[in-house]
This record gives sequence, C-alpha cells and structure tokens, in this order.
Amino acid sequence: MGSPSSQTGLLRTSLTGVHQRLNARMVDFAGWDMPVQYPTGILAEHQAVRTDCGLFDLSHMGRVSLRGPDALALAQECCTRDLSRIGQGEAAYSVLCQPDGGILDDVIGYVLGDREILFVFNASNRDNDVAFFAEQRDRLQLDVELDDRTLQTALIGIQGPRAQEVLQPICSADLEPLAGYAFLNADVAGAAALVSRTGYTGEDGFEVMLDDDAAAHVWTTLMDSACPCGLGARDTLRTEAGFALYGHDIDRATKPYEARLGWVVNLAKPSFVGREALARLKSEGPSRRLVGLHVAPGGVPRQGFAIVRHGEPIGVVTSGTFSPTLKRNIAMGYVPVALSQPGQDVQVETRGKAVDAEVVPLPFVPHRSRPRAKM
Amino acid sequence: MPAGGSNPADRRYTTEHEWIKPEGEHYVVGITAFAQDQLGDIVYVELPKVGDQVEAGRAFGVIESVKTASDLYAPVSGEVVAVNSELVDQPQSVNEDPYDAGWMIKIRPADSTELEKLLTSEQYSEQTGE
Repeated sequence: MGSPSSQTGLLRTSLTGVHQRLNARMVDFAGWDMPVQYPTGILAEHQAVRTDCGLFDLSHMGRVSLRGPDALALAQECCTRDLSRIGQGEAAYSVLCQPDGGILDDVIGYVLGDREILFVFNASNRDNDVAFFAEQRDRLQLDVELDDRTLQTALIGIQGPRAQEVLQPICSADLEPLAGYAFLNADVAGAAALVSRTGYTGEDGFEVMLDDDAAAHVWTTLMDSACPCGLGARDTLRTEAGFALYGHDIDRATKPYEARLGWVVNLAKPSFVGREALARLKSEGPSRRLVGLHVAPGGVPRQGFAIVRHGEPIGVVTSGTFSPTLKRNIAMGYVPVALSQPGQDVQVETRGKAVDAEVVPLPFVPHRSRPRAKM
Repeated sequence: MPAGGSNPADRRYTTEHEWIKPEGEHYVVGITAFAQDQLGDIVYVELPKVGDQVEAGRAFGVIESVKTASDLYAPVSGEVVAVNSELVDQPQSVNEDPYDAGWMIKIRPADSTELEKLLTSEQYSEQTGE
C-alpha cells in the first residue's frame, strides 16, 4: 500500500480500506487519506483513550532508518538531543533544527543498534526531513544509507489505561517491564513488529510498527477490545496533554526555548545543526513563551485567534479546543515571557469578542504515561 | 450519531441546513440531522437575545463542534421571541435530537409568505442525497 489512490490522488495507508468500511469520515491530511473520526464521534473516542483504550492509524507518519557505520554520527548531527546517552532499545523525543535554531520538525529517534537509528516524524515534513538527513550526510561524507520505510510499513497506536491489557494477549513479549520510551521486537498477532511504549495522548500506551500487509489483521484483532480513534481525537488528546503539534505550535519560525523544548537541546553535544545559534538563544533567553490558557465559556479558541491584554495584542493562539476531559475551553499560544507565568490574566479574541483567559501550567490534564528508565 | 434518515414533513428547510416549523403564529428554527452529523460533536451554540431582529439569509448565531465553527442562518426575517437557553449547558441536544429538543430560536415572522419559498422535506432530502 502507501500507493496513491486513483480516485483522490491521496496516499492510502494499509488501513484506509478498513477505515472506510468502518464509515470513518476521511480527510486529506498532509496528502494522506486519513480518518478524522468514526461514527462514534470525537468525544466518545477521546473518552475511550482517557478511560479505556483507543486505536490509532499512524501509518502516515514518516519513518526513516539511518543505517550504516556512521548512522549514530548522522543522527547526532541532525537532532538536538544526545542519542549517545541512550542505549539500544530506547527512544528519545527530539527536534531537528535549522542553522538559525528554527525547528524543522519534532521527531522520535529509536536506537535500533550501533549501526541503525530510526526516526519517526510528522507526515507533513517527510520530504523535508529526508532531504535534511541526506544533506547532512553528504556534507559530512558519512557512510549511511537512508531507508524511507513509510510506504512499506504501518504504525498503529494503542493508547489508554487499558493499552497493555489490550495488546498483551497478541504480543509475544512481556510488556510489563517495558519502560516509557523503551521498545522491543516481538510478534504481534503473528507478525514481526517493533513495539514501543510511546504515544501522543498523555496516557500509557504503545506504538507498533510492522509490515503493512500485516496491519489490517492486527487492527481488526485489536478492535475487539479498543475503540478506533481518528485524527480529531488525536488532536484533542495531545492538546490536553500540552504536546506541541508541528505546523501549529512549532514551525521553522519557532525556537526550542520559546516552545518549552529546551530540555531536548543538549548543548554539551559537540556538534549538531543549529548548535551555535541555540547556544546564543539560550544565553539571551526567549522573548516569548508557549503557555497554556484556560479560556472562559464562549466560542472555542482556535489557531490564529489573537491573545490580548488591556486591548493590545500580545500573542496568538496556536492550538485550541474544547477539552472533553475538563469540559472547558483550553488553548496554547505564545505570549511575552513577562506574561507567561501561571495566573496572568489575558483575553482571547474570539470572533470579535474578547473572552477572559488565564495562563495555566501545562499539561492541562496530567500525564499518566509510564516514566522512562533513567537516562 | 445516525445520519439524517427522514426529515419531518411538518416543516420547511434551507439550503444551509436549517429547518423552520410553524408553531402558532411563530416559527421554530433549528438545524437538520444532516447538518449535526456533518458538524460532529457539538460543544457550543451562540444564539441571539429575545427581541433581536434576524434577517433571512443572514447569520443569527454560531454553532461549534470540536473540529469546526459554523454560522447559523435565519430562514426568514423577523423578531426573536424565544431562545433555547438549555443549549448553553446541553449543546449536545442538537446532536441527539435536532428536530425537537435541539431547537434554537423562535421567530415572529415579518412576512408570513416567506416560508413557502423554502424547501419542502422532499426537496431538502433530495439536496442532501438521502
């Protein structure tokens, strides 16, 4: 699969047919024909992940292996985090930066071995990221093969407090000892898979990467005990968890320090793209910062709405939603650092009306994901 | 949420997916089953105040689902004589019961002949391909 549909020109995952049979509402997401919701609806899907277990098709996400003697060296040059500090079988969240420190993408790097690193990243950035990896490899003349596995594999998310209970019966490996951000190789419903304890919902859960011809069987098996969830619920869940979404809360014009992602920048690492700019930005300190907002009842705050104070625009909403868990409007956006402390009163311009809002700590809903083993 | 199915024949419809139903000398206005299904889970409804004037084809309010915001259009011109304040706390009524509990406003029409220009249930069903 991963082939363009003749009807829509959109890429299809190996599960697109399954989604259609489930009467999902399909949308064009970064050139992929993806489910935004199933007939159950976004609120029910969201609730399933918070209280039970949800199932996500994440096969649109980019998956590229760096393979060869210099795989780690290339990964180290491309991402801001020090992957030499994590062992085989562990993964780490990181960002890729431009020379000026602007964020090219956010990624998860999986250390598969001495000679192989797998990056999983946003579908919308696949071409850019692959070009970036190739550019750095060629510039440094590193011996690395880039293997874009996106179209040959599927990625299925199993998320929620019951995720382990749902996955364990069809997984050959014991999942209980698996720490957050750790992964292992196992058979899942008879198919060879890479199973990681990762996710984008704030709940415990797993992401399972496997060959695409095995995906439909695994999905239908898991569906017996988990609720299929579309991109709509994925967005409300990650917003409640305070996770940035590329193209919304972070982009090439945002720097890790203002996006609260300074913790993934290891300036002690001798060389990586953007290091000099990031060292300078860190010493200067950011002028604006991504914050959480509780927004008073009224229209739902959405990306692009102005954040104002005393009638003056001070920032912009980058993500906003009605929080199904908190039953209130929440938003993330950038405000000047001086106004970024919890408790600050601001307003959000909601279709001509200034609605009261308060800066609150992130995440909006506490994470319940497993902690990672000590780095 | 089940899709539209049959639209009640006791009322008229607009191409913008509102319904309007005579009730004594007033008209009750809401949105159709098709519209609520397209919107998805509704989380907010903004309605005018009693006494406000609405104008046929112009926005009188806003409805928001998790994913999107959409204007509500007045099927006819007139004065708002009642609003469904239950929708403030129970916006999901529009999903659950769009043709009854999910009503939005009642209008005293300026011109009672305007109603006949709107779509019948058959014409509306044809438009939405049901």
